[in-house]
Amino acid sequence: MPLADGAPATAQQTNGVDDAPVLEVEGLETVFDTRDGAVHAVNGVSFHLRPGELLGVVGESGSGKSVTMMSALQLLPSPPARRTGGMVRFRGQDVDAMTPKAMRRLRGGEIGFVFQDPMTSLNPVFTVGFQIMEPLRKHLRLSKPEARKRAAELLAMVGIPSPEARLNDYPHQFSGGMRQRVMIAIALACEPGVVIADEPTTALDVTIQAQIIELVKDLRQRLGAAIVWITHDLGVIAGIADRVAVMYAGRIVEEGPVLEIFEDPRHPYTRALLETMPHLEGDRPQRLRTIPGQPPVLMETPVACSFAPRCPHAFDKCLAADPRLEPCGAAGHRVACWWTPPEAETEVPA
Amino acid sequence: MSDAAALDAPRAAPTAETLLRVQNLSVHFPIHKGLLRRQVGAVQAVDEVSFDVLKGETLGLVGESGCGKSTTGRAILRLTPITQGRVILDGEDITHIEGETLRQRRRKMQMIFQDPQASLNPRMNVSGIISEPLVEHRSLSRKQMQERVYELMDAVGLRRSFANRYPHEFSGGQRQRIGIARALALDPGFIVCDEPIAALDVSIQAQVVNLLEELQQRLGLTYLFISHDLSMVRHMATRVAVMYLGRMVELAPREKLYSVPRHPYTQALLSAVPEPDPRREATRQRIILTGDVPSPANPPSGCRFRTRCPHAFDRCAVETPAFRKLSDGHFAACHLSE
Repeated sequence: MPLADGAPATAQQTNGVDDAPVLEVEGLETVFDTRDGAVHAVNGVSFHLRPGELLGVVGESGSGKSVTMMSALQLLPSPPARRTGGMVRFRGQDVDAMTPKAMRRLRGGEIGFVFQDPMTSLNPVFTVGFQIMEPLRKHLRLSKPEARKRAAELLAMVGIPSPEARLNDYPHQFSGGMRQRVMIAIALACEPGVVIADEPTTALDVTIQAQIIELVKDLRQRLGAAIVWITHDLGVIAGIADRVAVMYAGRIVEEGPVLEIFEDPRHPYTRALLETMPHLEGDRPQRLRTIPGQPPVLMETPVACSFAPRCPHAFDKCLAADPRLEPCGAAGHRVACWWTPPEAETEVPA
Repeated sequence: MSDAAALDAPRAAPTAETLLRVQNLSVHFPIHKGLLRRQVGAVQAVDEVSFDVLKGETLGLVGESGCGKSTTGRAILRLTPITQGRVILDGEDITHIEGETLRQRRRKMQMIFQDPQASLNPRMNVSGIISEPLVEHRSLSRKQMQERVYELMDAVGLRRSFANRYPHEFSGGQRQRIGIARALALDPGFIVCDEPIAALDVSIQAQVVNLLEELQQRLGLTYLFISHDLSMVRHMATRVAVMYLGRMVELAPREKLYSVPRHPYTQALLSAVPEPDPRREATRQRIILTGDVPSPANPPSGCRFRTRCPHAFDRCAVETPAFRKLSDGHFAACHLSE
């Protein structure tokens, strides 16, 4: 997989042998039944996650990035959520066919979770030690002293000073950044093959975010878990992801290696997102570029391109037919768009 | 900080007119404890902060959560009690004015809030929200009022037909436009924008920022733009001030602050901002600060940043660095930048 020069090599660099995807999602569709009708939150999302890679999922609020992951792992309450299609496989096994017991083994055991808000996702009435030990006792069947020892090791690993003493502390006794470290410790407790990180640094200050990103980079090299990192921040993605999937209106509209997405974006939405962002260095435009209008309300299954009403390049075909993700540009780069950027017109699609 | 230094504080261009002068502003919130609710200490939310805002400029005020940037903004508008120091708006000391005088001055200074959901009354329609300041401060006929509301809605890009709708019918970006229209209703010269885009999506942020800039040019507004988004502040601001744990640590013209930050905290803050450029991110050397921000109820002695500063030495613990002008036009509070 092409990586930026000097980018950290992942623990299991993709060399063919161990390259079978750990997580595969195909054609996932999810609707929410509301009083005003069904909201089509996820509309045919397909992606795969290879061992040890970090897939960045970006999109704005309501684009379906969290719901996709939650739905794939059956974490959405039903009703109102309803899976209407698609298939999910973990290490080749059909997740939907699993018994509830097997599902429980998967979640928290082989798949770890880190959520956005560490205050609400930790239980305030249990000590941090108890909460880290819980998956160790349940999934790995460790004895209490063993689990405690391992929990202290985990806290040390995520950079919490005097870990043994802090096991007895409650979540409110930790700062926001420290709580997120605890969340990461819990997610990694059973050495999962996959970690789903849903906006893990969004609630944190920028200097604390930098600490957590450094920690995750370091842990990746040591543990080799594949990570799905959901965020709305393209800056964070640029620094940490191997591959990027851009979501809009419940769809992946573009997907590819991180360098491709940032240096040769093909979808007008991706291009516009990158252009609306102001930068810390370089040119300062007089006015920021904007994307006119707003994301659609997903009250029906889209029959045409969902971005067409806001797209500067939309033409008649965009309003008539729904584009699929098709290969374009470099290997692994796919885009769901009828329009071809002028600079790419001479190329023959791979 | 000595008075002389404070008076000399951030006067960037001697030609430009000063609209707002903040001198040694402190806002301390008392901590009460025990049966008798005795005061046992104080949260020093803002401590000895001095700066000027020039007419027509945008002063960016940046820092992390809890650094006192919002409290500073609120104290300037007299929305929170001032413990010490002075606030001078348009040549008039407004630190201690009360009652009717204060109410009158509110016309000149307005605020745009972070959360357009929480700052709009869900039971009032758009027309009611925008006209509320007019009802309070102006005696207009019903027709004049309606005309003014439409004018304001046009100015912020809201369709006139929305006048009778309620806040929940709008998206976040549109709600923020309603908040902006309300802030503009009384023709204020000075607006405190408190994280006006933090709750919005990236594609909507740019729309609101462009609107704020356009209104500034057209109406000659002066902004205090409070934000934690350093990239957006670079786009918006004329000058930028950085706060840490209640103190101002650096203030400089935009380009200077971003290209040669003088205070170690500014340097760390800028280096922590992720940039949407994978090649640069891969080679970038970050200054990773260790630890967390200390409690403002019990700030470190001397320089407040010293517990996390990679360059701290003995003097930083005993002597508070003065916020003073450096040879290159920056204002900074650091012993190393002497």
